[in-house]
Amino acid sequence: MAGGAASGGTQGREYRAVALPLLLPAWLVIGIFMVLPVLLMGVYSFLTKEFRGGVIWDFTLAAYDQFFVYRGLFGDEPPTLEWTYITIFWRSIWQAGLATALCLAVGFPTAWFIATRPVRTRTMWLFLITVPYWVNLLIRTVSLKFLIRDNGPLNEGLMALGLIDGPLPLVNTNLAVQLGLFYSYLPFMVLPIYAAVERYDFALSEAAADLYAGRWTTLREIVLPAVRPGIVAGAILVFVPSLGAFLAPDLLGGAKTYMIGSLIDEQFRGSQGNWPFGAAAAMILMTLVLIALILYARAQGRGRPA
Amino acid sequence: MSAIEIAGVSKSYGAMRALDDVSLTIGGNAFFTLLGPSGCGKTTLLRCIAGFEEVSAGSIRLLGRDIAALAPNERPVNTVFQNYALFPHMTVAENVAFGLRMKGVPEARRRARAARMLEMVHLAELADRMPAQLSGGQQQRVALARALAPEPEVLLLDEPLSALDLKLRQAMRLELKQLQEETGITFVFVTHDQEEALTMSDRIAVMSHGRLQQVGTAREIYESPVNRFVADFIGETNVLPVLVEGVEGGRASVVLPGGARISCPAAGLGPGAHHLSIRPERIGIAAGGPLRATVERVVYLGTDLQLVTRLADGTAVQVRLQNSARTEVPAPGTAIALEPEEGAARLLAD
Repeated sequence: MAGGAASGGTQGREYRAVALPLLLPAWLVIGIFMVLPVLLMGVYSFLTKEFRGGVIWDFTLAAYDQFFVYRGLFGDEPPTLEWTYITIFWRSIWQAGLATALCLAVGFPTAWFIATRPVRTRTMWLFLITVPYWVNLLIRTVSLKFLIRDNGPLNEGLMALGLIDGPLPLVNTNLAVQLGLFYSYLPFMVLPIYAAVERYDFALSEAAADLYAGRWTTLREIVLPAVRPGIVAGAILVFVPSLGAFLAPDLLGGAKTYMIGSLIDEQFRGSQGNWPFGAAAAMILMTLVLIALILYARAQGRGRPA
Repeated sequence: MSAIEIAGVSKSYGAMRALDDVSLTIGGNAFFTLLGPSGCGKTTLLRCIAGFEEVSAGSIRLLGRDIAALAPNERPVNTVFQNYALFPHMTVAENVAFGLRMKGVPEARRRARAARMLEMVHLAELADRMPAQLSGGQQQRVALARALAPEPEVLLLDEPLSALDLKLRQAMRLELKQLQEETGITFVFVTHDQEEALTMSDRIAVMSHGRLQQVGTAREIYESPVNRFVADFIGETNVLPVLVEGVEGGRASVVLPGGARISCPAAGLGPGAHHLSIRPERIGIAAGGPLRATVERVVYLGTDLQLVTRLADGTAVQVRLQNSARTEVPAPGTAIALEPEEGAARLLAD
C-alpha cells in the first residue's frame, strides 16, 4: 500500500491479498485441530475394530448397530432397540442439565454481585473466581473426593458438631457427580453472565420501577431478557462439557452414575477398547448437541420481530 | 393545591453534599424547571422525588402526602430519563403500555390508551417498531408517551432534550409546553440550558452547589436576579465592581468604575464594595453617559451587533445593539460613553 490510497476497484482485491495470508494461521489451526479430528472420528466410526485397540480399514455399520440394536446376549434373537446406551445418554443429559441449572442458580447472583461492585474491586473478584482453575482439573476432582468421603473433613466436621451420627454417603452418588460438575464448570457460567450484566443499563431497572414494576417483575421482564445472551452462552458452556465429562463421574460417581464421557473414554483405553464404537458414541453425542443448538437458534430467530 | 412540597431536603454522599437544605413548593398544573450547571444537585433532587435516591434529611410531600416511605414503584410520578431508557426488547407500543400493565389495567384499555398516547406524540404509525429502529427524536417521544400513559400526578423530566440536535430541541420545547397544558399534569423539568428554561417554564428554580439560589418566573429570574450566580448563569450580563456609598429610602448611591455615580435599588445591601449587573441589551451609547469606555471589537451576530468595550480600569463591558440601518456603529478604538437604561442596573449579593 506504499503507493498511497488504492483506487476503488482494486481495493477489495488488495484487501483480500493482505487478509488471506494473515488468516492462514487461523485456518490452519482450526482445520488441523478442530475439523480434521471430527472428520477422523466420523470415518473411524464406520470402520471395523481391531482387538488391541485401533481400527481395520473395513467399512461397516457395526458400531452404530451395537449402539442402537439389541440381538440378545448371544446375538441370535430378533433385533430390538438397545436401551443400555440410550439410558446412559439420557442420564448424562439429565445430569448435565441439572449441573447447568445449579450453575445458573449460583452463577447468576455471583455474576450480578461482581458486576455491581465498584470497577476497581471487580477485577479482584473475577481474579478470585479463576484462581482454582490454575490447578489441574484432575487434582481438583480428586481433592473434592477427599473432601466428601466418609472420613473426609466434611463428614468428620459434621459429626464433630453432632449434626449427624454417621458419615453421609456422598462418594459414588449422583450428588457427588453433580457437585463435581458444578465445581468444574461454575466459572463458565459466571463469566459470560458477568459480561452481560456489566453491559446492562441499570437505568432500565429504574425505568421499570418508575413504571410501577416490583423487583421480581423487573428481574423477569427487563433484566433477564437483557442479559439472556450471557445466560445462554453460560448454559452452553456448562452443559456441553458436562455432557461429555468423564473425570467427575469416574472419580466421584459409581456404576449407577455412569455417563457418556466415561463410556467414550473407556473405548479408547488399552486392549479392552473399541475405537469405532467410541467414535460412533462421540458422533451421536455431537449430533445431539448440534441439533439442540440449531433448534435453539431457530427458536431465537422466530422470537425476534423483523 | 401544590403538587410537591419540598421541605429542608439535604442529600449527602459521604462528605459531599449534593443537596443542602432545599425547600421548594411546586404548584399544581405547572411547568416547573430546575435549572443549574452540572453538579448543582438538580438531577439529585429529581431522583429524590422519583424515589431513586433517599433524602438524608427533610421531607418531600406529593399532593400533601409524605412519600418518604414509598418505593419508586409506589409513587404516582413517572420519569422521562435522560437517555430515554426504553426497554430494548419491547415494541414501541409495549413500552408505552408497560406502566399500565404493571398497574393492572386490562389489555383492551391499555392498548387503546397506548395508541392514544402515541397519537399525541405523533408516532401512531411506529407502534410496532423496536426502539433501536427509531431516531433519537422518536425515542424521546416514545419515552414521553410511556411516562404520560399511566397519568401520573407529576411528570419528571431529566434533561430529556440534551441528546437531540438543535432544530429538534427547539421544536420539542414548544411541544413539551403544549403537552403540559393539554394534560394538566405538573411537569418538573431538569436542565442546564437557561434558554430552554426561559422559553418553557412557568416557574424556574435556579440551583448551584446543592443550594437553591432563586425561584421565580422567567422574567423575575432574568430581570431581578438575587445574586451574582443567578445573574451570571441566566443570560449574558456585565458584572461591574462598584462601591455603595450610602443607602437611603431603599435606593443606593453607587460609585461606578471611573468615578461616576448612579442611583439604583439597594436590594437589601448596605454600604461597601459590591457588584452591579447590567444586561448587554439594556445599556446603550449616549453622550454624557456615566461609563467611559473604549470600543475593542465589534462582533456581528445577525440580528444584533455585540460591542466589546473596556473601561479605564480594565473591566470589560458588552453592549448589544440592534442591527438596523439607523444604528451607528462605532469603530474599534473609538472612545464612547455608555448609559444603562432606567432600572437596568441591579446590585447583586455575592
